[in-house]
Amino acid sequence: MSQPSTNKITAAEIIAEYLPTSFQNFLIELGSMLQFFIDFFKNLFKRGFEWNAFIRQCFEVGYRSIGLVSLTAFIMGLVMTLQSQPTLANFGAESWLPGMVSISIVREIGPVITSLLCAGKIASSIGAELGSMKVTEQIDAMEVSGSNPMKYLVVTRILATTLTIPLLVILSDAVSFCGSWVAVNINSTMSAMLFFNKIFATIEYEDLIPSFIKSILFGFAVGFIGCYKGYNSNKGTESVGVAANSAVVTSSISIFLIDMLVVQITNLLY
Amino acid sequence: MDSAIKTGNKTLENNVNSPEYVLEIEHLKKSFDDKQVLNDISLKLKKGENLVVLGKSGHGKSVLIKCIVGLLTPDAGILKVFNKEITDLNKDELTELRRRIGFLFQNSALYDSMSVRENLEFPLQRQDEPLSKEELIPLIEEVLEAVGLLDAIDKMPSDLSGGMRKRIGLARTLILKPAIMLYDEPTTGLDPITSSEISLLILDIQKKYNTSSIIITHDMACAKVTNDRIMVLKEGEFIAEGSYEALENSEDEFVRSFFESTN
Ligand SMILES: Nc1ncnc2c1ncn2[C@@H]1O[C@H](COP(=O)(O)OP(=O)(O)O)[C@@H](O)[C@H]1O
Ligand SMILES: [Mg+2]
Repeated sequence: MSQPSTNKITAAEIIAEYLPTSFQNFLIELGSMLQFFIDFFKNLFKRGFEWNAFIRQCFEVGYRSIGLVSLTAFIMGLVMTLQSQPTLANFGAESWLPGMVSISIVREIGPVITSLLCAGKIASSIGAELGSMKVTEQIDAMEVSGSNPMKYLVVTRILATTLTIPLLVILSDAVSFCGSWVAVNINSTMSAMLFFNKIFATIEYEDLIPSFIKSILFGFAVGFIGCYKGYNSNKGTESVGVAANSAVVTSSISIFLIDMLVVQITNLLY
Repeated sequence: MDSAIKTGNKTLENNVNSPEYVLEIEHLKKSFDDKQVLNDISLKLKKGENLVVLGKSGHGKSVLIKCIVGLLTPDAGILKVFNKEITDLNKDELTELRRRIGFLFQNSALYDSMSVRENLEFPLQRQDEPLSKEELIPLIEEVLEAVGLLDAIDKMPSDLSGGMRKRIGLARTLILKPAIMLYDEPTTGLDPITSSEISLLILDIQKKYNTSSIIITHDMACAKVTNDRIMVLKEGEFIAEGSYEALENSEDEFVRSFFESTN
């Protein structure tokens, strides 16, 4: 501190001097994420797409999540309907039930819950898998044999989640409607025909499109953050757990951040 | 190969300048944060030579060979492979160069999720002109035969013993027909019999494929069998160089300690 200092102070010095270390680390992390993002795009358009690996990842990510997503979605639809029924009944507005429930499912619950589930299931497994490949030097081995690990491991996984998570969201919405219909029929009766007619009369393109775009962004975030955390994990066995864990935490937070942004933007547009 | 033909004149020129060295390192330095790992490394590797690097754990042996393949970037110094400064290469040139260097990782680094066959196919299918399945078969069989594990072709890495994993790791690098081989502790963690088999294999490879190699080890049995020349690394610097016999009778206690611990 008593060192004679020159008059020139760089931005880096200001950051080092005045910002708390945790915030500095956050900025550094953000910088290296940006670098990873750029690397992803560079490798996305490189010759020789890894089709086999991509299709296998779609299977791993998408197909293997169908059960989990469907079960959760069914229960969500059922519970939401049961919860809202008494309130609407008080106002004598029970006939609004399908419309109201379906709007909240399509706009918010479907995309967010499904993506959070995927953050827990997929981002963690990608983080752990790439993390352990990093620790056991398999990624380095690909690198030194002149096989591009970014293209083989990362591009395929990110594209797979970006494609399959929106599809899972659509599935989830549909299954939630079924759950809701079952709930309606617990206390009263409504034919499936009538129920779904009411739903499709309520939902509009303004609900569907932002929700679909949102799902694509969520899918990208889950794959991107899982890959980033795994690919950049430290050496040492404990870092596999750290990679998996922080992949879940970071991707869950970013799902909510993206959600917030997309809602703000759609409110401006419509 | 293709690019060697295209730049044929240039390669020829380079070879004339320094015909016998495939690898030249001068005053190489590398540190992590505040920790100086490589202080001042200079070494030259002759064509066809087996150079053994002795050093204790944590003295920077792995860091040194990771610099050679560009997995780590040195802070200072000259690092020429086949007469090309490695830090000057762009990404494609580096990839091209890496295919000519075989790297055997300390823990073999086999791809867990792939069978032995797929492990071997992996680098070949990702060359600029990928080979067809039919073209791959003889190549795979050749290297598996060279490491004596033809019958493991459809096994998964998890079903292999440590020694077998080393051999498959070796086969996976040999399949690219490297001109330089870098062995990171090839016998560490193996029983004495398997160790000596691996050491003999390293000699075989030198003869059969005419490779130049750096063999990092602290296993003196392996060093004795494989070396043409030995260099001793201590805290990021080379402190001694010579034949096995010369170093065994060295005046330096640190150097002698390697020889004493085994016998
Ligand atoms: N990527 C890295 N980041 C930080 N420190 C490292 C890294 N790689 C190696 N080191 C440090 O460098 C030193 C030498 O490591 P290494 O070359 O692996 O030793 P060895 O001679 O046993 O192979 C060790 O103290 C290690 O902690
Ligand atoms: Mg080492």
